[in-house]
Amino acid sequence: MTTAIAEPRPSPPHHRPDDRVPDYINVSYGVKSWLLTTDHKRIALLYLISITLMFFIGGAFAVVIRLELATPKGDLVSADTYNKLFTMHGIVMLFFFLIPSIPAVLGNFLVPLMVGAKDLAFPRLNLASWYVYMTGALFTLWAMLAGGVDTGWTFYTPLSTSPTTHTHVIPTAVGILILGFSSILTGLNFVVTIHRMRAPGLTWMRLPLFIWSIYGTSLIMLLGTPVITITLVLVAVERLWGIGFFDPRVGGDPVLFQHLFWFYSHPAVYIMILPAMGVVSELVTTFARKTIFGYKFVAYSSMAIAVFGFLVWGHHMFVADESAYAALVFSALSFLVAIPSAIKVFNWTATLYKGSIVFHTPMLYAFGFVGLFTIGGLTGLMLATLAIDVHVTDTYFVVAHFHYIMVGGAIMGYLGGLHFWWPKMTGRMYPEFWAKIAAAIIFFGFNLTFFPQFLLGYLGMNRRYWEYAEEYQVLNVMSSAGATILGVGYLIPFVYLTWSLWRAKEAGPNPWGATGLEWLTPSPPPQDNFPETPVVTMPPYVYSRKEAEVVG
Amino acid sequence: MSARPGALAHHFDSLEQQHEAATLGMWVFLASEILFFGGVLTAYAVYRSLHGDAFAAGSKELFTTVGAINTAVLLSSSLTMALAVYFAHTGRRDWLTLCVGLTMLFGVAFLAVKGTEYYREYRESLIPRYAFDLDKWKDEGAAFGHRVEMFFLFYFVLTGLHAVHMFVGMGLLTYLFVRSRRGDFLPEYYTPVEVIGLYWHFVDIVWIFLFPLLYLIRH
Amino acid sequence: MFADVPLFPEQASTIAPRVDAVFFYVLGVTIFFTTLIAFLVLYFAVKYRRRSEEEFPVPNVGSMKLEFVWLIVPFVLAAIMFVWGASIYIAMARPPDDALEVYVVGRQWMWKLQHPGGQREINELHIPVGQPVKLLMTSEDVIHDFYVPAFRTKADVLPGRYTHTWFEATKPGRYHLFCAEYCGTEHSRMGGWVHVLSQDDYRRWLEENADRSMALLGRNLFSKLQCVTCHSGNAEARAPVLEGLHGRTVPLRDGKSVFADDNYIRESILKPDAKVVAGYEPIMPPFVLKRSADDTEGNLTEEELMQVIAYIKSLRPGETPPRVEESIPPEKKK
Repeated sequence: MTTAIAEPRPSPPHHRPDDRVPDYINVSYGVKSWLLTTDHKRIALLYLISITLMFFIGGAFAVVIRLELATPKGDLVSADTYNKLFTMHGIVMLFFFLIPSIPAVLGNFLVPLMVGAKDLAFPRLNLASWYVYMTGALFTLWAMLAGGVDTGWTFYTPLSTSPTTHTHVIPTAVGILILGFSSILTGLNFVVTIHRMRAPGLTWMRLPLFIWSIYGTSLIMLLGTPVITITLVLVAVERLWGIGFFDPRVGGDPVLFQHLFWFYSHPAVYIMILPAMGVVSELVTTFARKTIFGYKFVAYSSMAIAVFGFLVWGHHMFVADESAYAALVFSALSFLVAIPSAIKVFNWTATLYKGSIVFHTPMLYAFGFVGLFTIGGLTGLMLATLAIDVHVTDTYFVVAHFHYIMVGGAIMGYLGGLHFWWPKMTGRMYPEFWAKIAAAIIFFGFNLTFFPQFLLGYLGMNRRYWEYAEEYQVLNVMSSAGATILGVGYLIPFVYLTWSLWRAKEAGPNPWGATGLEWLTPSPPPQDNFPETPVVTMPPYVYSRKEAEVVG
Repeated sequence: MSARPGALAHHFDSLEQQHEAATLGMWVFLASEILFFGGVLTAYAVYRSLHGDAFAAGSKELFTTVGAINTAVLLSSSLTMALAVYFAHTGRRDWLTLCVGLTMLFGVAFLAVKGTEYYREYRESLIPRYAFDLDKWKDEGAAFGHRVEMFFLFYFVLTGLHAVHMFVGMGLLTYLFVRSRRGDFLPEYYTPVEVIGLYWHFVDIVWIFLFPLLYLIRH
Repeated sequence: MFADVPLFPEQASTIAPRVDAVFFYVLGVTIFFTTLIAFLVLYFAVKYRRRSEEEFPVPNVGSMKLEFVWLIVPFVLAAIMFVWGASIYIAMARPPDDALEVYVVGRQWMWKLQHPGGQREINELHIPVGQPVKLLMTSEDVIHDFYVPAFRTKADVLPGRYTHTWFEATKPGRYHLFCAEYCGTEHSRMGGWVHVLSQDDYRRWLEENADRSMALLGRNLFSKLQCVTCHSGNAEARAPVLEGLHGRTVPLRDGKSVFADDNYIRESILKPDAKVVAGYEPIMPPFVLKRSADDTEGNLTEEELMQVIAYIKSLRPGETPPRVEESIPPEKKK
């Protein structure tokens, strides 16, 4: 089988003939067949269920936070409760939703399909990493039910190691530490699969851009995660032992913790955003029916972001007694990250030029991503500018900035990708009308929630504040109102996607007329993905003979 | 290529591809491990430069001879491990089993020696906070004693993490031992021996760094 | 109601307009590019919408020229941001020599401030307009952060060492003081006000609140802790003369030298053997910080340490107090 270059187009849904190979969902039945599966597609669905649960738990915390902040006085929950809420919101959303979101769900499902392999290189390891994830998640949830933790997701010492902090720091840290292994094993599986299991003819320069971004992400997972693991071990040692490496009383340096913490946690931002960028590259080309503009630049910029991401951690400590020289270096390096990001945005825009564009829901999310990521990225430049950072760091300006990246960027990308590949994963279409409504509500709710926070931050309202000065109330009320809308917006896809599993129309192998190996196999794919190993003869994103002549 | 049926997992096209994937997987994992130890070694480097005198004083308390013996034991285990891979490659099953067994023996010896060393350190009151004799350094002041205490904290955390890796390695070697006795490994298929060998050498190399950093650098 | 909603913070320090200027530059870039991208995306999306299922666009694999344009343009714009922002940051890091020094101790969850004349305040800071003020700060417990939005000034306050920041207020008034680094339960209440007074009002305020000066308190401690026994101001004594020490470069025993700033003096008190002055023996015992006011193991609290340092900094030639003969010098424990 070769990649179809003959004008791929939406294939009509058809009823399955009985002699067809069973797909991965109905190849076997029963709870055991799911819990002991080594099929990457089934594991992706296990992850999907788990992270959706975590997303709504984290979202519930956010709702209470925004309700509390509707008034300047702390009148809904106590200060301690509030502190636990924002801590747990951060921990759940970052570690248990965003970091695994696109890689563990879409990546798990798509990497073998996109490279034309039967599975990931280490299927049992893949299943193990889901169990490790669940163990970490249950540990952390248990710590939350047992009373929670209130150090902020950043665990800054000496607050987190202080004996006066009575909350469940160690169980939470252990939960995140366990989770880290899941991240490492997933990254390892992707790297080896991409290196060693590509279909014949699938050279690096023919890889879909999603694979490039997942590759960059995996490198960060592999090289960053162990550092947060060891750092949390050191924090736990300090708490358990009552003496430790970050305690100034025995000659320790609390700022060293921040260096180690951000050495992982800054690159972790790119774990969240890089895969979303990969998704957007797939969406823009498919729905403009046009090959990507500047393939190599988009591909290499993913690697550049992954590498530069490791060199900028110090920009989180500009006001933490960092030497002025170090601050200058970290500031300059931080600006460098802007360049590959800008290259991507410009190339997506140029891809649209003279395309043949349709407005299906995934494309709407891609548009949303491009706009919101641009704002998030450019406000990041403000934070990289030393003088501005001194004023706005630790304020709501930072909160707004990273929500534009993580919610406006990563979650928009995730939802876009989920809608795009939903037909492939389930064999069913989602309801287009409701999906468009939900996308619009989410876009509006998001901006109403987070745009006022830029203003609040520049005015001087600090993050992690349970009470705030009265003059900030109006903007806070706007933000809380937006959060309500955003919350409703997120519930809608949950409802109609669940509904679509039983009721929606069947999708057929390639409902979008997309290229890419995953669209050559039936939806849902059979257990071994492809009836025969595909052979690749073309670069990706070739939509017509005309393009084949130019690109090939 | 011929190998025992079942050696090739269903999702690989060939044993060669499977072997390459497994080896690459281990190398990638070890890269990750380097960053794991790298985090705590960075902290060690920072404090060593801040409190060099106290760390040197702490280092003098360690039992260098015992550490040196352990280094020799571990290096020997690396040799037998390398031989095990060689015998797997050449298909000498009995020699393979013997070498894996010897490697395990050296591993046990290392852990046993390490255990007695910990015990002696406990007897000498070198356990931070719980049994630590700050008075030994009272001439240099209370703060100095605390910095020596921090050295010992590093000592126990670093050697402890290394010991955890040793225990994992022992488990893996046991698995190899059972499988090699059963005759699972042939010249065409001995990937687990090679991959676990890589891991074992890595754990050795970590010790090769820890030994001088903790026991030998005293100025 | 909406008329009272502030959208932009007050500018009340010399640095504030400079920070805002670079902010407006980056804001301009942000608005320009966001609008440009949004416009292009929407314009292309509408103009090139798919009109028939049979439509296949003319492929375009890219253009080196364009790639370099959008590689270089962001680079240049970002380089300007970097240089501009960095130049202001460097100014922020360097307090003027004539700055008034105020000592700040942060703890969960209050700010304790002390003026050179000894006036103490809690969660309030009175300063004169048109006069640079330097804050010398430390924390008794966790990390805090001294933040005055109207001044665009922010600096972490760390346990175990001194950090500093400075500002020069330009407008009398009352401005928010916040703790910007999360520090536990009542983090959001750890704040107060900075009162900027006219020079006259400030003088009046100082007089009304005149207490014992910080250096004076430090002088008492200097005697009480027996420092004076060795640091007697006599060149033949067993410890170096401290008069005029601050701001000087001191030659050390190991051949190196050190600039005598607050952190050096702090270190020399807490860890005397770290940097021994050339020509002296390492005989001084280290002084231990009290973990709390009733800690009997320690010798002095963070606040008292600041007072001693303030005193040492105030010492001019010939000012060392006479030695009290009957006192016993502190011995190094054997």
